[in-house]
Amino acid sequence: MSDNLKPTPIAHKFFTPGVIFLSVLAANGLVFLLGRFLFGLGAITNLDNQHPWGIWIGIDVAAGVALAAGGFTTAALGHIMHKEEYHVIVRPALLTAMLGYTLVAVSVMIDLGRYYYIWHPLIMWNGTSVLFEVGMCVMIYLFVLYIEFLPIVTERFIGRVNLPGVLKRFNNAIDKFLRVLDKGLNKTMFVFIIAGVVLSCLHQSSLGTLMIIAGPKMHPLWQTPILPLLFLMSAVSVGFPMVIMESIATSKSFGLKPETHILSNLGSMVAPLLGIYLSFKIGDMVIRQTFVYLTEFNTASVMFVIEVVVGIVIPLRMFLSREISKSPTGLFIASILVIFGVLLNRINNFIVAYTPPYQFNTYFPSIGEISVTVGFVALEILFFRVLVMIFPIVSLPFASTLRTKFSIKGV
Amino acid sequence: MAHQTRRDFLKTAAIAGATLTGISSNPTKAAQQNVLSENRMGVLVDTTVCIGCRKCEWACKTAHNLPTQPLESYDDKSVFKSMRRPNDKELTVINEYPARSWDDYPTTVKVQCMHCDKPACVSACIVGAFSKVENGSVIWNGDKCIGCRYCMVACPFQIPAFEFEKALKPDIKKCDFCFDRTKEGKLPACVEICPNEVLTYGPREELVRVAHQKIQLYPKRYINYIYGENEVGGTSWMYLANRHFKELQFPALGGSPAPGVSEAIQHGIFAYFVPPIALYALLGGVMWINKNRKPSDSDSEGRHE
Ligand code: SF4
Ligand code: SF4
Ligand code: SF4
Repeated sequence: MSDNLKPTPIAHKFFTPGVIFLSVLAANGLVFLLGRFLFGLGAITNLDNQHPWGIWIGIDVAAGVALAAGGFTTAALGHIMHKEEYHVIVRPALLTAMLGYTLVAVSVMIDLGRYYYIWHPLIMWNGTSVLFEVGMCVMIYLFVLYIEFLPIVTERFIGRVNLPGVLKRFNNAIDKFLRVLDKGLNKTMFVFIIAGVVLSCLHQSSLGTLMIIAGPKMHPLWQTPILPLLFLMSAVSVGFPMVIMESIATSKSFGLKPETHILSNLGSMVAPLLGIYLSFKIGDMVIRQTFVYLTEFNTASVMFVIEVVVGIVIPLRMFLSREISKSPTGLFIASILVIFGVLLNRINNFIVAYTPPYQFNTYFPSIGEISVTVGFVALEILFFRVLVMIFPIVSLPFASTLRTKFSIKGV
Repeated sequence: MAHQTRRDFLKTAAIAGATLTGISSNPTKAAQQNVLSENRMGVLVDTTVCIGCRKCEWACKTAHNLPTQPLESYDDKSVFKSMRRPNDKELTVINEYPARSWDDYPTTVKVQCMHCDKPACVSACIVGAFSKVENGSVIWNGDKCIGCRYCMVACPFQIPAFEFEKALKPDIKKCDFCFDRTKEGKLPACVEICPNEVLTYGPREELVRVAHQKIQLYPKRYINYIYGENEVGGTSWMYLANRHFKELQFPALGGSPAPGVSEAIQHGIFAYFVPPIALYALLGGVMWINKNRKPSDSDSEGRHE
């Protein structure tokens, strides 16, 4: 089935009402972002000395990293386990990871009080700092992702370098360079692919270790020494649902037929992953006897129950059902629930669970913080759209690539 | 033990860092220290003799060039109506807890950085901007800090404060144990000004002994507890009181160092980089086996990536 599929730039008109809406959201976010740089963090955010971290860390960074896990999980499946049939999803997942991590890096930067010192960790090391390790891993992984993306760029331009005017005479040289680059990358790519998976395992788990040092400041429902394991497991289980969700959304938006067969095969792998994650989460709760906190009725207990029931139990049941995992709609909804669950988990860990010993007011994100976060998500979707229209990322039926005009109906 | 492993890890990291980047440390950007000297200094705060004059607040601000009202204005007791916390403009504050009965006095408590023996802030800081130095002070290096505020997340006493309203070069602010003064042999500003000898500055070991002696001599005056003797592995600042520390809003913390668990995990994952390299080798092996199993496909492979 995948034989006659080939990654192809999608020909489609760029602006649709949806795109215009997203652009407005992105612009709104950028306005507030400008405010942050002009007037400081305090002016735009609701952060204070009791609540040093808000949604820019909890959502943009922590959840952003988790939701970009599709990149390394599909790389592991497609390249390391060498499952040919999944190659069609590797590239979209890679692109999402690349964009996702780029925005994670930007989010870290805007949240830093002294953003212009973002390079300091490169030369000022602190081996005991979990944040240092996360920072380094994310930085190297981002670099690896760009390298993994390079072959797509060379593929797009080899034989098609066509600079205008005076630059024309460089065309040949650039083409040659691209060919050499492509050949070199081809031979060494396995090094980067494995490195990407290792780095991902490292920082996905270390992101969980991050909050352990907060000790009793963190609600016992979430504070556990196995946090790194839980973070890794949840990241691994959200990888495929992210790919499924994106693949279906891309198909819808460009009017293509979803790869239901491949996606439901992917979906069949989600249930066991979610199951393991759930059992560790429940097991941890039983061993540490934190279920007593569930008898209290407060934000923490409610959020915890939603996270586990809506974000793990229900989608687990859905992925186990044959009918649901055969239908794109069913897969889509189940995937959205898993994504919601992991997103909520990161928000819970970094924001809801964090209760400083001296609290004068509670933290709720400001309009500015929300605007920037929403704006970044909108930007990411827009970039994704631009890049799949420029580069061969989404696989289309081979024959139709010659006559794209007819096989793609506009939406 | 934990201390030892941390030192080991730092050493490895430093060696790896030096070889990888080829950058030798220069004095201003020197690596952070985390020394636990036998002779480190401390302060014993006897809350039973504190009269809440708030002179230490004034002295602290003056010593750190922070804007302050004239000393007379600190007689104003109305600030005691609500609890205050040290922040970026006040590195230390006095809080008052009302008397429990007619023959009792209110208790006033000075709050500032505890200068932990196993400081969470030093362990956590991404660039090693914090140091625990020879004389017991935990100090912050403004040249390194990137403003990530992880130290604030980590500190169990909720001490480091951040200049949120500054768009450029916001600082982390906290009591630095008057490092610039003690360096020159002067007393910390707050200790020096205190009219009632609430604050005793001296070698920490000695202070612990003195505190136990005081409790023994005046069992009616003090409860039998030194806050800070064992909290999160011990702190340089310690407190005596006539009532339970919980009533004085001290956080209830165990005796294990705040950074202990996360450093153990961190060290487990990165034990001389063995686990990551092992994982790398394992994945490489799996990849190689899977690839060789289907030799016919391996040609088309490269193109896809
Ligand atoms: S009280 Fe907080 S800021 Fe002070 S040394 Fe301890 S951990 Fe660091
Ligand atoms: S805010 Fe500064 S001092 Fe605090 S952890 Fe970050 S870099 Fe270190
Ligand atoms: S030791 Fe110095 S910095 Fe700390 S509270 Fe006293 S005066 Fe302020």
